[in-house]
Amino acid sequence: MTALAPEHVTMPVFHRLPHVHRDEQIAYIAEAARQIRIQDLKLVHYAGAGHIGGDLSAIDILATLYGAVLNVSPETVDDPERDRFILSKGHIAGGLYTTLAAFGFLPVDELATFLKPLSRLNGHPNRNYVRGIEANTGPLGHGLPIAVGHALSAKLDVSRRRTYVLVGDGELQEGSNWEAMMAASHYELDRLTVIADRNRLQQGATVRETNDLEPLDQKATAFGFAAVEVNGHDHGELLDVLSSVPFRPGKPTFVIAHTHKGHPISFMSNNAAWHHKVPSAEQLELALDELTAVDRSGGAA
Amino acid sequence: MTDTDVEQGGTIPLEPPAASRERAPQQSISERPRFDCRNAYVETLAELAHENHRIVGVVNDSVGSSKLDAFKRAFPDRLINVGIAEQDMVGVAAGLANGGRIAFVSAASCFLTARALEQIKADVAYSNRNVKLCGMSPGMAYGELGPTHHSIEDIAWLRAIDNITIVVPADPIETAAAMRWAAEIEGPVFIRVSRMSVPEVYPADYTFVPGKAVTLRDGDDVTLISNGTVLWRALVAAEQLEDEGISARVISMPTVKPLDSEAVLQAAQETRGIVTAEEATAAGALGGAVAETVVQNHPVKIKILGVPEFAPTGSAGFLLDRYGMSPSGIAEAARALIR
Repeated sequence: MTALAPEHVTMPVFHRLPHVHRDEQIAYIAEAARQIRIQDLKLVHYAGAGHIGGDLSAIDILATLYGAVLNVSPETVDDPERDRFILSKGHIAGGLYTTLAAFGFLPVDELATFLKPLSRLNGHPNRNYVRGIEANTGPLGHGLPIAVGHALSAKLDVSRRRTYVLVGDGELQEGSNWEAMMAASHYELDRLTVIADRNRLQQGATVRETNDLEPLDQKATAFGFAAVEVNGHDHGELLDVLSSVPFRPGKPTFVIAHTHKGHPISFMSNNAAWHHKVPSAEQLELALDELTAVDRSGGAA
Repeated sequence: MTDTDVEQGGTIPLEPPAASRERAPQQSISERPRFDCRNAYVETLAELAHENHRIVGVVNDSVGSSKLDAFKRAFPDRLINVGIAEQDMVGVAAGLANGGRIAFVSAASCFLTARALEQIKADVAYSNRNVKLCGMSPGMAYGELGPTHHSIEDIAWLRAIDNITIVVPADPIETAAAMRWAAEIEGPVFIRVSRMSVPEVYPADYTFVPGKAVTLRDGDDVTLISNGTVLWRALVAAEQLEDEGISARVISMPTVKPLDSEAVLQAAQETRGIVTAEEATAAGALGGAVAETVVQNHPVKIKILGVPEFAPTGSAGFLLDRYGMSPSGIAEAARALIR
């Protein structure tokens, strides 16, 4: 197999859109997500490692956040008043790096170093190496407490900056999340949004078979959150919900984003085998064909 | 006076630290008043919080055990109590640091370092966040409560983590000085805050220098290296040895990591052996750090005094004596080493 090389990096750079019509914004996010998926599939194939299933599950959420929701750009990445995005499911670093590169936080060319010896682009994100990364995550159940801490700092500062944290659904089996959720509602952190990537699969099986989370919305509500459910692959729904927090004054928001691991590749979607399986050359070609066939104006259907 | 009498100090009044208080220069350390370092901790934290609005406290319900009631009254918004949830506590501290705050996490060292070890590793040390972890009542301070509440392992397991400075102050003056330093620098620090009362071993104008040993007593026969609650015992041991004509150097090693290897190697070269003594595991703590340095650079005989097991029931003082860290126990270890 050919090793990851500069010629495998083909993604265009996107920029945050100025305020435009919602439809235009959604089309723009959809195209960014499509390009991020194409690039990320190439990275994982040529690097020979990665967590492609979880990447593809979350890329629509990442593209929506960076494309149109988060008040952060490559120019304001050190601004204390920037919005924070914390990726708790750090194993989808490939998806995060590709998204950061797509929006100009990281040189696109550097994606060619993904997982290579001494690369800044480790298998889990490192904030000391890559600007735009807020926490060194990887062990699960860490991001939500960190997000609560940041949201507390914003509250102490009487700041309007927001905190978003993306957790995997399997990850919610870690007790530290629930410790943090109790604190978030106790401190009335209504500018904190937890997004659960609800793809219903964990490493080797469904979440339900492993240690079921349901009823997740009721659990989040019982822990003092305003719970909202969205289609995690619908950029319009994501944009509307993530831009509208808080839904209830005084309450943090818990967004259950219904997703499919491996979305939208037909042979990967909703298939636990693709947690960290690497696509073969043939599978890569099939996947890229599917993504190229997607109508660019219609979103990643 | 037996060593146990010395330790328990039942008739010796506990006083709040007073920098201006007179101290008879010739007074033996064992006869000096004793102090609970938590008092210096809370006073210094309050001073720091007055000076710098970025400073916040983070606790796991440990307001009372950390003596933070007055701090809470003075800064009600700046004492974050996450409840009995240590993993959340350390993650929250890292998040507060992300937002520009300087978080002083204050919790019983056993729960802070054991329950939240992965958060200390990933969220604080590896993420290089400006968090100060203050391990309260460390070592065997909760003596009779048993090994679940002892924090003898904290030094060893934090030593294995990159990018975190480990400080074990020996008295209230050093506790306050280490906190002031920690508040000024950017980055992860772990400070042990003793509950078992100790006499002052430093002058009031002592300046803590991270990574630097302090030679409290010079000597050329044998070296005693210690820190924390055991340091004054090593000083008394040196007094006892002097009476027998044995010249013992006493090195205070408040910073376990990074270790002042220069001071250690100088002792290895200039004296006949090194005894380390600390209220921590005999494996992997200060003794381990000294041994690693000595054996790789200038091997000499070393005796590591520490806690080798889950301790039986007893007060911290009783247990230190039991594990050879009474003043006479330390003196005997030194004698045996150079015999």
